[in-house]
Amino acid sequence: MSATHTFPSPRTRGEDRGDLVVDAVSPQGEGEGNCPGETPPSPPPHLRLPPRFADDEVVETLSPQAGRGDAERTAAPQSGYNFAYLDEGTKRMIRRAILKGIAVPGYQVPFASREMPMPYGWGTGGVQVTAAILGRSDVLKVIDQGADDTTNAVSIRRFFAKTSGVATTTRTTEATVIQTRHRIPETPLTEGQTLVYQVPIPEPLRYLEPRETETRQLHALAEYGAMHVKLYEDISRHGHIATTYAYPVEVAGRYVMDPSPTPKFDNPKMDDCPALQLFGAGRERRIYAVPPYTRVRSLDFEDHPFRVQHFDHPCALCGAEGVYLDEMLLDDAGRRMFVCSDTDHCEGRRADGHLGTGDAI
Amino acid sequence: MLAPGFADPVHDAQATFRAVMEALARPGLVRPLAPGLQPPAPLTPELAAIALTLTDADTPVWLDPPLAEAPEVAAYLRFHTGAPLTDDPARAAFALVRDPARCPPLGRFAPGTPAYPDTSTTLVLALDAITVGEGLHLTGPGIRGAVRMAPTPLPDGFVGQLAANRADFPLGVDLILTAPGRVAGLPRSTTVTEA
Repeated sequence: MSATHTFPSPRTRGEDRGDLVVDAVSPQGEGEGNCPGETPPSPPPHLRLPPRFADDEVVETLSPQAGRGDAERTAAPQSGYNFAYLDEGTKRMIRRAILKGIAVPGYQVPFASREMPMPYGWGTGGVQVTAAILGRSDVLKVIDQGADDTTNAVSIRRFFAKTSGVATTTRTTEATVIQTRHRIPETPLTEGQTLVYQVPIPEPLRYLEPRETETRQLHALAEYGAMHVKLYEDISRHGHIATTYAYPVEVAGRYVMDPSPTPKFDNPKMDDCPALQLFGAGRERRIYAVPPYTRVRSLDFEDHPFRVQHFDHPCALCGAEGVYLDEMLLDDAGRRMFVCSDTDHCEGRRADGHLGTGDAI
Repeated sequence: MLAPGFADPVHDAQATFRAVMEALARPGLVRPLAPGLQPPAPLTPELAAIALTLTDADTPVWLDPPLAEAPEVAAYLRFHTGAPLTDDPARAAFALVRDPARCPPLGRFAPGTPAYPDTSTTLVLALDAITVGEGLHLTGPGIRGAVRMAPTPLPDGFVGQLAANRADFPLGVDLILTAPGRVAGLPRSTTVTEA
């Protein structure tokens, strides 16, 4: 990339839809960081590191046109690493933790989290869980806030394509293992699939009780009164439960669990889900699980039942209703557009001929 | 001569783990398990595969009397896994049971502690057969509605032991059931009743 280039948006939503582009929108396509009349910002003053791997251009084949590609397999995994990066001893340790997590749904199993070649907060826990379960015949999908084409998702997908050579895809229906940062795909999951969550803070009681020794005891005693008080304080302050993400759930009638910072919109999808759900928190060194067909109940009160977000408009690109929408700013005048957060779902609907209004709001 | 371990240690262990993971995540579902091992008798290929996949120096392993009486079995496991063998079932992370009909009471194995229920024993049983659609009635996490499964042979009063194991949830032991070429799971979260 030369110094005169601007950073193109990695997203290609709405491409070929000239009618969607309003006047003031930036050449980047979405208006994010748009500075009318100014020169575009220059890249940061750091030299770009040379490619770390000889086959770095392989990325071109992994995510064609932001998705809608069939599952692709790279030629050969990177030599010099064990299959899926982790050594076998580490995988065994993580596998034992996963089995305990499945046997005690919602309980946080400690594990000896390793340093991974990415910073904490970028999904080191999810990556370790995925590495421990991944096999040659798996098809991997990685999403970041519903999107297949953002930095975190692309990086992790490339990481596993390089270190394991497994096939990758952006289509929910083709994937056997889906690693996610905070969304559950809109397409219903099936029995053959495993959903791996990247979790930053696995302890739902952590902001109420900072000591791990105490939260361990609270879980042991199933003493979750503090969590109900927190939700009640929401009601007394705001008139409703104002928690919108990382909304606490009770798993199989016993443990209260942090579903990771997914929007609470996705909580109902966790209940009685046909797919196995695994959660990995790398920095906090915890693994937990929700087996398939397990009761996952969002905590609430009789007079303030759990409710999910409601959107007033359908997706502007594909017209979908009842899905989780992202707000996209279009210009400095505050014009906005609401589009599907799940890029695969949105692109699939458009490929099937569904079309939104394309209207800004 | 010492019998060899997995022909392909990475992918055979992964395939075995995935079969066990699916089995524990979906109690009542019997998964195929064909590890291609020829361990010293009376260790079965399925027990050996699970031991090679999940045990190492961090996991004390308890062997039931038929296995403990065969020095080749201990030598095989020590060489391929490095796992310490223990005589005390309450200290074992894994227990390999060749003769399930004479399996010690489940209460003699480690149930974990209230703060750390994961510090419990996982029993791996070598059964003669696992039949689905008849026998024990299973409900709980991982099961859509209810399923039936008939593992044979089982010790006397086994359903009562499983009920006591379930009653102590989240404490308790987890069971991995194997039969020739097959594996099924019975985690502590599953409620088991007679048909």
